[in-house]
Amino acid sequence: MPDRPIVKIEDLHKAYGETEVIKGISLEVQEQEVVVIIGPSGTGKSTMLRCINLLTRPDKGRIWLEDEEITGAHTDVNKIRQRIGMVFQDFNLFNHLTALGNVTIGLTKVLGMNKKEAHEKAMWELERVGLVDKAKLYPAQLSGGQKQRVAIARALSMDPHVMLFDEPTSALDPELIGEVLTVMQKLAREGMTMLVVTHEMGFAREVSDRIIFMEHGVIVEDGPPKKLFYNPEHKRTREFLWKITELYGQDAETSPQELN
Amino acid sequence: MDQLQNFGLLVYYLSQGVGVTLGVTAIALSTGFVFGTILALLRVYGGPLLGGFAAAYSMVIRGVPVIVVLFILFFVIAQFINLSPFLAGAFALGIASSAYQSEIFRGAIISVPPGQMMAARAIGMSRLKAILYVILPQALRLAIPSWSNEAAIVLKDSSLVYVLGVPEILRRAQYVSARTHEPFIAFAAAALLYFVLTFLTNRSLDVVERRYRLQM
Repeated sequence: MPDRPIVKIEDLHKAYGETEVIKGISLEVQEQEVVVIIGPSGTGKSTMLRCINLLTRPDKGRIWLEDEEITGAHTDVNKIRQRIGMVFQDFNLFNHLTALGNVTIGLTKVLGMNKKEAHEKAMWELERVGLVDKAKLYPAQLSGGQKQRVAIARALSMDPHVMLFDEPTSALDPELIGEVLTVMQKLAREGMTMLVVTHEMGFAREVSDRIIFMEHGVIVEDGPPKKLFYNPEHKRTREFLWKITELYGQDAETSPQELN
Repeated sequence: MDQLQNFGLLVYYLSQGVGVTLGVTAIALSTGFVFGTILALLRVYGGPLLGGFAAAYSMVIRGVPVIVVLFILFFVIAQFINLSPFLAGAFALGIASSAYQSEIFRGAIISVPPGQMMAARAIGMSRLKAILYVILPQALRLAIPSWSNEAAIVLKDSSLVYVLGVPEILRRAQYVSARTHEPFIAFAAAALLYFVLTFLTNRSLDVVERRYRLQM
């Protein structure tokens, strides 16, 4: 793996009113790395992701995307965000557009591609997530898993250098989670750099290069999955992993096999 | 038989005002649409200053009878710029309607889920592009049912321009009533025409709504 940070975070802080959500996070993500972020809810995992593409403005700290500092005063956020794909928990597909329209709109309206080119590219992205046959359907006509795959295709259409996944399977019925994880695993295999906030321990263990355990706005532990799962340094990491594995039980055990 | 024939003639005579009624309505609605949309966007995205202005405008206009707006435009403003009674009436109704339409569109914009803006920004759209290509298209669809109600109101309010002597349906009914001394028949014919026009307007907007209905 080439040692070249795509995302670098230095001493990130973010508070909402009195509540400090992120209390000094530093992190580097290398090219092609898949980093899974776990931790109890309300510990700032999603806020951290949103700081990376500036959907949330950090209060303090610096963030670099490749060689460019994006927390500077003169950053063109729209240009920055084109290089960062984001997938949301509740999909946020554009309701007035078909699956194809959802993937095309960024190409035509942001990149200024002509209709024909955009159409071809969008169809190719839909093919990557296995939904070419659903291109003409509206979000309301798609299942949750299909919606999330369209959302992934929409993010991919901009040719991002890094993808952020904010609990991509948390809003899905259990039987629909697999299809989304399969797409994500394929992306990881293709070499996409990914930051994934998730409770899917099977995915974390099988697909990630690193797991970050966050709690109370700080990184408690950061290491390869084997270490965190079998030999964590902190008691809290062990407790949390034990609890979540118990909670998700068989799913967490079996999903990686289903993926292959 | 004779009476029936007379009623038919009467309706025919009044229906020559339908074009004027529809003209006033169309101008009023489209003026109201353009300004209503802009005002609604200012309300939601314009910040305290522009948003405050839009809110105040809407409050003042909605607090004044349409006919007063119409008189102000015709007797005051038309002194300075050359406005025919037809145009003065249509614009006055448009000004009034813009306030009501701004409320309709504001409600619709607010009810577009916030994740839509976030997702649009996340693929690199500017705020303006996100509003134009993601928020507004959905808000306008959501607004269709309330908007068609407003369209029916403006259509009926267009009868107010009769006070300026614009020969629309009601004005013609008044001519007939004065000549025949049979106000009931004259105004009943006018009522019938207004009803048919309103009915047709609602029906066609129902079709539009069904075609563009937004499923979430």
